[in-house]
Amino acid sequence: MTNLFTLDFFINALSLGSLYALIALGLVIVYGILKLVNFAYGELIMLAGYVLYLLTNGTAFPWLVVAAIAVIAAMGTSYLTELVAFRPVREKSLTAMLITSFAVSTLLQNGALLIISPRARAVELPEAFSQIVHLGGVDIPMRNILTILTSLLLLVGLSLLLKYTVLGIALRAASENFRMTRMLGVPANLIISTAFAISGILAGVVSLFWIGRTGSVTPTIGGAPLLIAFVATVIGGMRSLTGAVVGGYVYGLLFSLIGIMLPQSLLDYREAFMFLIVIIILLYRPEGLIRGGSTGERVG
Amino acid sequence: MLSLQNVHARYGAITALRGVSIEVKEGELVALIGVNGAGKSTVLNTIAGNLRPVQGSITFQDSSLVGKAPEQIARLGLTMVPEGRDIFPSLSVEENLRLGAFVHWERSKYTHDLEEIFTLFPILKERINQAGGTLSGGEQQQLAIARALMARPKLIMLDEPSLGLSPVLVDQIFELISTLHQRGITMLLVEQNVDRTLDIVDRAYLLNTGRVEISGTPDQLRKRVDIESVYLGDTRQRANR
Repeated sequence: MTNLFTLDFFINALSLGSLYALIALGLVIVYGILKLVNFAYGELIMLAGYVLYLLTNGTAFPWLVVAAIAVIAAMGTSYLTELVAFRPVREKSLTAMLITSFAVSTLLQNGALLIISPRARAVELPEAFSQIVHLGGVDIPMRNILTILTSLLLLVGLSLLLKYTVLGIALRAASENFRMTRMLGVPANLIISTAFAISGILAGVVSLFWIGRTGSVTPTIGGAPLLIAFVATVIGGMRSLTGAVVGGYVYGLLFSLIGIMLPQSLLDYREAFMFLIVIIILLYRPEGLIRGGSTGERVG
Repeated sequence: MLSLQNVHARYGAITALRGVSIEVKEGELVALIGVNGAGKSTVLNTIAGNLRPVQGSITFQDSSLVGKAPEQIARLGLTMVPEGRDIFPSLSVEENLRLGAFVHWERSKYTHDLEEIFTLFPILKERINQAGGTLSGGEQQQLAIARALMARPKLIMLDEPSLGLSPVLVDQIFELISTLHQRGITMLLVEQNVDRTLDIVDRAYLLNTGRVEISGTPDQLRKRVDIESVYLGDTRQRANR
């Protein structure tokens, strides 16, 4: 309890929060437009993980190149699942889409089980991930600093894209009123494909740092991040991208806090305590911490 | 320019249009009038591609619109200002206008058009960086029409532009529509404010339960129908006139 707010705690919590923010953002960017919780999102993280595993254990590519290929693979898969699975049922109903997302999730997971193995596979990580940095008298894992910096870079890049490009503005418009956006001549398929591609990129980058923590990949590795994404967006508010990012950081911070505040004997129940806090937040803010864009208008 | 022939449309089991035929010529300002539920908005939504007709043809400058997606129809030069305006509340006024120009995006064209829009809607220049949702109802309606104009449309469809506005603002909107008409912009207008509408349009169609009941110039319509009765849902033609 004495060293509650030391620099290393702060950086570790921020690192976890950054990762969770990216996870949540990847889920919400699709949800905002299609109102679909894509349950296959976790499997994109898994897929990027297996690409890392296969390419680090068989080829001589430098790690950064392998990482880039993994991210591109996640993006491509996300784009393809939309094209092949979601687009044909889009006009039908939301339930059809939701079931489709379960199907895609199961398919990808079973594919990994069948083709590779149900057992965990060790992924080779670059040296930078295990290095320790001495900062202000404390030891901080380089991995955590990298997570923070990469997330920051991605978040800034994404907000610039959404703020200053016509496509980005159209994406934001589509998440507010998709029908009107189409009536202005913005192709629905372009918007949805872009959202899935961005979601895939985020999943790919998340995969690098998620596996950077565990060091291995399994077919079911996507389950935990999917749950985190879901809870983080519920905390932050499902209606805005800002909500997802805030939710991710809040989740990461709270989870870290619980980790150091709970006595050793209760640490196994860390998640139970986490969800208790989530329930309390939702009791007071059922719509999440960040409310979506106001649709009201001034009287006049 | 725009022609609907015997268009039938339905929402699920509810039949909304039962054989509507409408014609809009280039440069014309044409209105659809009638009571709530007569099918006026449905006609616009069917043209815009939000609702697929079950029967009939819709052609715009020699190309059929039936089965086309809303974005394809917008790209042909048909722009819609929907009921309730549907501006993007969290986007700034400038971003709203920029999306209006999406169909022919080019920065030099855009900045040029923007200046022209500001002479027509000076208030939007003042509000340029404000979020659309913070605008008043009248300002939002101006923004919605300005956004439609940014598309350099060949035909604008306006759905109840005066709805929910104070009398002064209603005057402004009707004045604006007249101004646009004088500038040669083709418009298809849906309005409940029948008297005001007949003052400014070239021709009008009176719709009732999904059919065109009477059509013609405002004078012809005034002679044949008791305008007061349109509000009451009773559109029986006047006897012996």
